[in-house]
Amino acid sequence: MADESRINIRNPAEIVTARQQGRILAVQLGFDGSELTVIATAISEIARNILEHAKDGEVVISRCNHRKRYGICVVARDFGPGIADIDQAMQYGYSTHKGLGIGLPGTKLLMDEFHIMSVVGQGTTVTMKKWRH
Amino acid sequence: MQVPILKQGNYLIASVQSALSDDDLRLLRDDLSDRVGRFRSTGVIIDVTALDVIDSFATRTLQSVAQMLKLRGAYTVIVGIRPDVAFVMVQLGLTLADVGAALDLEEALEHLNNRRRRNLYEHRAKDTGEAGRLGRAGSSPNRPGLSPSRANRRADREGQPRSGHASPRSMEHGR
Amino acid sequence: MKRIVEKKTRQGANPPKFAAHPTVPHDEAKDLLLLQFVEHLRQNRMQLCEEWIEHIAQAELLTGMSKEETFTEATSVYDNYVEALESGSVEALQAYARTLCERVIPRGGETHEVVEIVLLLRDTLARSLLRKYQNDFKVFNIVLDAYEPAANRIANAVAVSFVQQQEEAIRRLSTPVLQVRERLLILPIIGVLDTRRARQLTEQLLRGIRDKRAKVVVVDITGVPTIDSKVANHLVQTVEASRLMGASVIITGMSSEIAQTLVTLGVDLSKVNAVGDLQGGIEEAERLLGYEVLRDPPCAGTEGHTGEKYASTHS
Ligand SMILES: Nc1ncnc2c1ncn2[C@@H]1O[C@H](COP(=O)(O)OP(=O)(O)OP(=O)(O)O)[C@@H](O)[C@H]1O
Ligand SMILES: [Mg+2]
Repeated sequence: MADESRINIRNPAEIVTARQQGRILAVQLGFDGSELTVIATAISEIARNILEHAKDGEVVISRCNHRKRYGICVVARDFGPGIADIDQAMQYGYSTHKGLGIGLPGTKLLMDEFHIMSVVGQGTTVTMKKWRH
Repeated sequence: MQVPILKQGNYLIASVQSALSDDDLRLLRDDLSDRVGRFRSTGVIIDVTALDVIDSFATRTLQSVAQMLKLRGAYTVIVGIRPDVAFVMVQLGLTLADVGAALDLEEALEHLNNRRRRNLYEHRAKDTGEAGRLGRAGSSPNRPGLSPSRANRRADREGQPRSGHASPRSMEHGR
Repeated sequence: MKRIVEKKTRQGANPPKFAAHPTVPHDEAKDLLLLQFVEHLRQNRMQLCEEWIEHIAQAELLTGMSKEETFTEATSVYDNYVEALESGSVEALQAYARTLCERVIPRGGETHEVVEIVLLLRDTLARSLLRKYQNDFKVFNIVLDAYEPAANRIANAVAVSFVQQQEEAIRRLSTPVLQVRERLLILPIIGVLDTRRARQLTEQLLRGIRDKRAKVVVVDITGVPTIDSKVANHLVQTVEASRLMGASVIITGMSSEIAQTLVTLGVDLSKVNAVGDLQGGIEEAERLLGYEVLRDPPCAGTEGHTGEKYASTHS
């Protein structure tokens, strides 16, 4: 069982690949029920942001451990335009592209941990985790 | 990946087979809008049973398809949102405003038929000056707006037999 | 066998009175036919009981009971049922429902099975009704008109008293999603909810909606002492997710404290259909289920298809 998969995000089909890979690893880690859909949807949102706002980037999905806990970790990286005001981007309904503006704040609600780092002109990295309870 | 569209009476049925890209969705929207105009369809059913994820992008596009079809005179019903998908959608804050929802095709057709009858009925009620609201089924033998022959029959029953439920055996509820 | 004889003499001695549905105008012919049907149910007691037990076995219900136990319990449930059908009084129904839970549960029956076996009995009798009157659909329709609401009231009474009395049992139930009839589910929530349990409840409810093709869900929160913003939001989410699947949700048993809390928390209640108590909630659900049917077009249905129609009836 490969504990890490790396998926380039350059077109919509690769978003589907990324969330399928996420689902597979989540099943292997013992997630079940709606949690699997939670993980797949979170990956979909973040990968979609790469495609829509930064054109290309990558998603890395792996197992993570912290003391006795373990879970799934998703890192999405791009070298796109970056986000000037992260607080604003994290607000419900804020979108620069006529989106619903739900992707970032919604994903934060879905996952147990969510961290976003961005430098204008250099790119954006989102790191998020879901623990097995 | 193109979405197959079926025509059934006054309605159109589109079955989304896999995750859609922007281009697929644009195609679907144009295709549906074109056919709604051509066939004068009053209802469109979009079957999303095959989707294992409905994210904000998919929601936004489904919603915009529905809004556009509304301008063309057709009401949209989404069917087959899976339990887990529905749950995650609401956790994200996605609600599919202004779009009807139904469990499966059969339900969606019934939903559209009821809508049509309701519209018809409300028209007639306006014409005859009757109130648009009705009491509980069976509470009065002759309800306004319904012909006596129909009103005297069982009101608690559906108008048409449903496919797959034709034998008395099917009274056992499914398990 | 002795029982039947007793019944017959009793019935001969004091003719039963009929309780028609309060909102339906009293209809002599209907009542007479229902009486005839009740008589038919008494005469074919053994055969119908067996048929019903077969359905219970097929549905894998009451598996904790031995064959003999099932038979004894089933026949006595059957007799009570027929009596409730005959008298139609709400008190009798409630008493019946109480004894039913008391009888079946100590004998190893799972609590939710009680509601389900009553539904199976209702359907078994409906099939017998169809067989009896299959050559005369006019009469069939009249009897069905009398039988169906009565049978459904019994199922509702059982469900309500089940929920009211079996708090502890429901707490232990892994899947407390009850089907009261086709298209209608009840989810009694009892005790304090934590996030994990709330998630499981919603998942079960949503799967229940799909598996049972439910159109209306009554979520009873009488047994929920307090509510915090997490649980409140969860309730709203459950309502919205059900809608995405094509089902409406009715919330019952919301205390004024909880309502107050929800308002204070700023929870958007505009989408929540709240009804006082469970009984009222089930009635509202029936109204919703019947509501759309009211909008049937004014064309007369084909009489010859009555059997099929019953098979696909909402209620
Ligand atoms: N990877 C990224 N690179 C650059 N900007 C981004 C990136 N991700 C998000 N943003 C910015 O943050 C805003 C908010 O993102 P969010 O995902 O919440 O909404 P959206 O993508 O615009 O719409 P939705 O996700 O609801 O379809 C975006 O409009 C965009 O301006
Ligand atoms: Mg986004």
